[in-house]
Amino acid sequence: MPSRQQTRKGYADALIELGRTRPDIVVLDADVAKATKTCDFERHHPSRFFNCGAQEQNLLCVAAGLALEGFIPFATTFAIFATTRAADQLRNSIAYPKLNVKVVGTHGGISTGGDGASHQACEDIAMVRALPNMTVLVPGDYEEARQATLAAALYVGPVYLRLGRDSYPIVPELHEGFEIGRAKCLRKGNDLTICTTGIMASEGLVAAVELERHGYQARVLHFPTIKPLDTDALLLAARETRAFVTAEEHSIIGGLGEAVAGFLSENHPAPLRRVGVRDVFGQSGHGNELLDLYGLRAGDIVAQALSLLQSRAVA
Amino acid sequence: MLDASKRHFLQEKARHVRREIVTMVYQARSGHIGGSLSSTEMVVALYHHLMRHDPGNPQMVERDRFVLSKGHCSPVLYAVLADCGYFPSSDLKTFRRPGSHLQGHPYQPKTPGLDASTGTLGLGLSTACGLALAAKLRNSSHKVFALCGDGELQEGQIWEAALFAHKYRLSRLIAFTDRNRLQTDGSTESVMPLDPLPDKWRAFGWNVSVIDGHDFDQIDKAVSQATGQDNRPTMIIANTIKGRGVSFMENVAEWHGNPPNAEQYSRASAELGSDEPRV
Repeated sequence: MPSRQQTRKGYADALIELGRTRPDIVVLDADVAKATKTCDFERHHPSRFFNCGAQEQNLLCVAAGLALEGFIPFATTFAIFATTRAADQLRNSIAYPKLNVKVVGTHGGISTGGDGASHQACEDIAMVRALPNMTVLVPGDYEEARQATLAAALYVGPVYLRLGRDSYPIVPELHEGFEIGRAKCLRKGNDLTICTTGIMASEGLVAAVELERHGYQARVLHFPTIKPLDTDALLLAARETRAFVTAEEHSIIGGLGEAVAGFLSENHPAPLRRVGVRDVFGQSGHGNELLDLYGLRAGDIVAQALSLLQSRAVA
Repeated sequence: MLDASKRHFLQEKARHVRREIVTMVYQARSGHIGGSLSSTEMVVALYHHLMRHDPGNPQMVERDRFVLSKGHCSPVLYAVLADCGYFPSSDLKTFRRPGSHLQGHPYQPKTPGLDASTGTLGLGLSTACGLALAAKLRNSSHKVFALCGDGELQEGQIWEAALFAHKYRLSRLIAFTDRNRLQTDGSTESVMPLDPLPDKWRAFGWNVSVIDGHDFDQIDKAVSQATGQDNRPTMIIANTIKGRGVSFMENVAEWHGNPPNAEQYSRASAELGSDEPRV
């Protein structure tokens, strides 16, 4: 097994698998099929693949029409186009009538890299999370992306599946028990809880090891589903640990961090710090450089955790 | 050519539907009268003559589909669906009221007989493309109709759909443009010119016909000619009069989205006639 792999490849592999057994699965793309990897599905199932060209808005509404007729469309493009570009179509044609469309955005987050801020979707989760009826999935590695795709196909209702561009570390802890709406406890600990989503799972695990050297046992709670949020797991963590650090490759506004903070402050207030993109646009660079530059690393989680644990509020 | 009794039947249906439209918008104190009145003959012709459908079985697989892309003209569609028996005509009183299944813009999960939800402009023609593509994938022979507003054609997404329908040879997609030449802020040609409109659709690879959208014979002929033609989608550009049927509303842009007051409602009702027999 490689040590790194693309999440979009996990998606593409699952699609081919689904295409074999499910004649109702159709895939649409908007002239980025080579990048999203839906070209793999096209190769295996050409009669059920539709390239809409560079028209993301039409793409989502055509998908809505197909869903009305009982097909399960995977409407695929870059995350920035699937959400901010086609926001009205996602809201009014898919979320509002609760149609069984799977909207898939690859190249999510700042690690999209060289294309720069215009193509780095760091607000997509916030936007989609705010829409009623939507389920939001953000898997953390190749295998979890594969499982999330299979689960999305079985689930009846609109789903936003957010994937990345780069090759990200394979995290064996993610590979069991994917269930929509369920968080995964990747590591046990009772001093603090690190909540991760997407590719930050691996950073959260590295951070937990580092925190152990400082004498703290961190629980790592991974959320491949951001909506609906696994509030049971959160409540348990709030009772059993003293503090929270959230980590996501997304703006600190509107993503996992705010979802967790919102739930906790209403139900079991706990000290919390957010690791994420701090309300700024990104810039061009290699994905890994940008994760460093925008504070999305294990070290950033550790710094926030230590500052929180050593502050008066948590002592 | 329609026979005389069919033509008369449709004309009476149109008169009834116009009365319902004006009443709904008056009672709701909001809604879009002008474009509902201009598209009345098209919607009446579809549901009472041209479309295969069954109000007793709204989900019938072989039914023809209809998408009201200009979703703000929901009053005309609701009035026709009620008249067909998809739901009681008394429901029309609840239009735009809390708890009603008759939302300001069509919401398919709630209203019996709707084939798609529409609302913000430009979405419906794409959705109709999806319906037509699904029919093609299943080798179904049913047709998919869509009705666009002329102002709506200013939305870029309409032209995305135009490209798409041509690429995928959606020959069973038959769209109308309600060419009443008025939009919220005034004449389409002053707000954002659309002419020469038939040329634009032809250039996108569609079959195009231009008709009088208030003439049932012309609507019938245009649709009959459209079906099964040479792998191309069809656009029927229907020249109409916004506010048609109520003299003081005709060709007045202000009646795009304003409700009548009590006095105006009573004048409109008088002009549209009353107590016509319900068939």
